[in-house]
Amino acid sequence: MVGQHAEGKLDNGVAKVVCAAKAVGGDIEVVVFATAGAAVAGQAAAIEGVTKALHVDRAENEHPLAAVLAPQVVALAKAGGYTHVLAAGNTFGKDLLPRVAALLDVQQVSDVMAVHSTTSFDRPIYAGNAIVTVEAMAAPCVVATVRLASFQAAGTAGAAAPVEAVSTDAQLPAHTRFVSLAAQKSERPDLQSATRVVSGGRALGSAEKFKEVMEPLADKLGAAIGASRAAVDSGYCASDMQVGQTGKIIAPELYVACGISGAIQHLAGIKDARTIVAINKDPDAPIFEVADFGLVGDLFQLVPEFAQKA
Amino acid sequence: MKALVSVKRVVDYNVRIQVKPDGSGVATDGVKMSMNPFDEIAMEEAVRLKEKGVVSEIVAVTVGSAKCVETLRTALAFGADRAIHVVEEGEVQPLVAAKALVAVCGKENPDLFLLGKQAIDDDANQTGQMVAALLDRPQATFASKVEIAGTKATVTREVDAGLQTIEIDLPAVITVDLRLNEPRYLKLPDIMKAKRKPVENTTLGDLGVQAAGGLKIVKTASPAARSKGVMVKTVDELIAGLKNKGLL
Repeated sequence: MVGQHAEGKLDNGVAKVVCAAKAVGGDIEVVVFATAGAAVAGQAAAIEGVTKALHVDRAENEHPLAAVLAPQVVALAKAGGYTHVLAAGNTFGKDLLPRVAALLDVQQVSDVMAVHSTTSFDRPIYAGNAIVTVEAMAAPCVVATVRLASFQAAGTAGAAAPVEAVSTDAQLPAHTRFVSLAAQKSERPDLQSATRVVSGGRALGSAEKFKEVMEPLADKLGAAIGASRAAVDSGYCASDMQVGQTGKIIAPELYVACGISGAIQHLAGIKDARTIVAINKDPDAPIFEVADFGLVGDLFQLVPEFAQKA
Repeated sequence: MKALVSVKRVVDYNVRIQVKPDGSGVATDGVKMSMNPFDEIAMEEAVRLKEKGVVSEIVAVTVGSAKCVETLRTALAFGADRAIHVVEEGEVQPLVAAKALVAVCGKENPDLFLLGKQAIDDDANQTGQMVAALLDRPQATFASKVEIAGTKATVTREVDAGLQTIEIDLPAVITVDLRLNEPRYLKLPDIMKAKRKPVENTTLGDLGVQAAGGLKIVKTASPAARSKGVMVKTVDELIAGLKNKGLL
């Protein structure tokens, strides 16, 4: 398993991929690529089910670049006799793993949502409107990304697994260079892993209104803020807040959709939410077909009232 | 500079798909088909680069059945100069598509290889990365901004953490995301003109690519439906309902 990390912290998705790996069975080794990865590998070693955590320390591993990481993953996979190479089905894993799969000459399985055996998996197609069961070839190994919304995070181990520094002789390219990362700094929970998410749509009307209406509700509920594609395209909020087929696919306990009509591409991103609340002025909006609680009316009145009374 | 753009024929974005009752797949007979929307964005970007004078020739390519020539005609109407059709009637999975595209790159030597980040049918999100891997060239996936200067490209990528910018040496593979541009509406004269542009046919065999292998599709099913919930009349009712479920 390739473990993603940033600023010294292992990504929350890793524990979910471990959960999928446990369903496959066998030993589970997590590898992190870093400049000095012992501490982050230690975090991976503390996840229940992890047999060993490895770190590959190289100056080139300062930033996650698929072209730089892939040859190292391939070298490890070949040398270690691994039966499966897994990563999270987020932008990190989606960027990296197909590059690894091609170099191993394996057809990758994208977005595993259920594990039937070591080679049989369910995955979504057509934005989750159909589910296929696929049988992957066992040799040379199975390469798969894991749909994070489909798995619970593995817990903390009673005793941490061993941590080991490893090296590869992989030749790394210089043709791809990191320039910058413009990250949204937020005190709120991370959208991908939040237990509560409130989302705004085009009906908010402007960036100012989006902030004014959505933030108090998010603050009150301790929720992350998401958005529909229409809201992002209209410039009401940043693109990394988009929930849906081409944005983030999430599975919070509570999802509150405000002024979101519920295009199938948006619904694809929230299918696994435990409880969906929809507030929309159009009683015929498709979002009400999937909502556990629907409230028809003016969101500019109802959402602040909800924030106040919740 | 030469740009190669790969395009895929898929069930139209607006079609509500139906899973066949026998679990053998998704119904496509008599269903409206279109160019994968992400590939339209890739085509649009290539055309804009040509209009800016950065790109001098655009070649469109597809791997798929005889009917995919329609998709190539759409690409030609966008502004591709010519097209290559790798005709394959069977199912084409990403690794096989990537190998075919790599073989086409070997003949065409493009400086830029543009394609959608994923196709909206299989949602695999693999082909571009695989092409880059097999060519041993840079990849810039999920691109929302592309700037070309000489033999380098600076690409802004939409990643979970925000916007990552990388610099890559050309030739390179760029897979495009939604916000890179808004594809133009095709005009009738361009659609007519596209009919006269050249399309070259080839096959996986001609390119030395084996169609075999890949994933075996065991069955296709509809997802579990969410049960319909309740409509509440007031915020108080909503809060009571959420409290009842232990959510507040």
